[in-house]
Amino acid sequence: MKIDPIHQFNIEPLFTIGQIGKHTIAFTNSSLYMFLSVAVISLLMIGGMAGRQLVPGRLQSIAEISYEFVASTIRSTAGSEGMKFFPLIFSLFMFICISNLIGIIPYTFTVSSHIIVTAALAFLVFFTVLIYGLYKNGFKFFKIFVPSGVPIYILPLVMFIEILSFFLRPVSHSVRLFANMLAGHIALKVFAGFVAMLGVSLGALGWVGGVLPLALTVALTALELLVAFLQAYVFAILTCIYLNDAIHPGH
Amino acid sequence: MAESHGTPAKGTGAHTEADGGHGGGFPPFESSTFASQLVSLVIAFVALYVIVSRFALPRVESVIDARQNAIEGDLAAAQKFKDESDAALKAYETELASARTRAQAIGNETREKLNAAAEAERKTLEDQLAAKLAAAEKQIASTREAAMSNVRGIAADAAGAIVQRLTGVLPDSKAVSSAVDASLKG
Repeated sequence: MKIDPIHQFNIEPLFTIGQIGKHTIAFTNSSLYMFLSVAVISLLMIGGMAGRQLVPGRLQSIAEISYEFVASTIRSTAGSEGMKFFPLIFSLFMFICISNLIGIIPYTFTVSSHIIVTAALAFLVFFTVLIYGLYKNGFKFFKIFVPSGVPIYILPLVMFIEILSFFLRPVSHSVRLFANMLAGHIALKVFAGFVAMLGVSLGALGWVGGVLPLALTVALTALELLVAFLQAYVFAILTCIYLNDAIHPGH
Repeated sequence: MAESHGTPAKGTGAHTEADGGHGGGFPPFESSTFASQLVSLVIAFVALYVIVSRFALPRVESVIDARQNAIEGDLAAAQKFKDESDAALKAYETELASARTRAQAIGNETREKLNAAAEAERKTLEDQLAAKLAAAEKQIASTREAAMSNVRGIAADAAGAIVQRLTGVLPDSKAVSSAVDASLKG
């Protein structure tokens, strides 16, 4: 058995849907897990709230806690005006969080381990900020590039840095999530692979020696659980901070 | 790449296996898969957005609002009951205080009335007693007077008899009676 830590990221087309230009559009394993995540979120948020109980049960508690968590994150970073974007941020957070958590289950696929997915989400945020900022504030929106209280002689430099960092936002936003998920899953696979490799190559001694990488795999899985949630939270809170620029330009 | 991807499902699968399986390209940078992923992502994310914004969030919000209202209503009701019980307690206390003063007043009044009645009775009794005493005294005085006058007669007779026995001469009754009077006075 050859252990390839990259194999888990393969995109396997399940069936072809159609063709756009030169590109064939296939329903892939990635698509499957995207829709699975959407289904799980819908089940949680709609099925969990079906009881509409005054004293919530477990599933309803999870749904309400997710709601309150995202709502308070928005209120604390973008103010109450940011609640306009509540559905968007909630969708982003839940989509990333649930797909990451599903991805930790062995033999599953992690949607956000592909740069194209995270980049698409990051650009969605970037253009939302840009378009809403221009629509709401007009040219005042460009005040985000001109911090107040900066001496005039270093203003050009500061403006250059601000503009550069603004346009690099989608890159850092997407690469952070992508790299975290990719690296975590590779590390997990490598350590889990050691267990099997030691057992196959060294026999009984190898199985005893495999305890150490096994323990590490368990620890890494726990860490990945944290990272799966944390990266979703980081993605959501950065979205809030970027939207705050669009809502209140000028530092 | 796109061409081999374009062939039916069997060919596509073979292509991916050959490409990504062993030492081929790095799957996340395999640009031939980007279009498929993007289309799926757009469909999935739009579906999620619609579900979340139309159904999920309003539902959660209504439930949380209903709970908030229920809690506030219950708190208001509790406050109302507390106020009511406070008012009832206050009313009870004022009622108790007024009842106590009333009881005291009634007690005082009764005591005074009884005292007055007792006093009046005592007075009438005293008066009666005084009248009886006076009558008795009068009777005693009259009886004594009568007795005294009898004593005088007896004394005069006795004195006359004594004098007659001693002297053999019957004394003058006038002289005897005046002598008796004199001795009675002494």
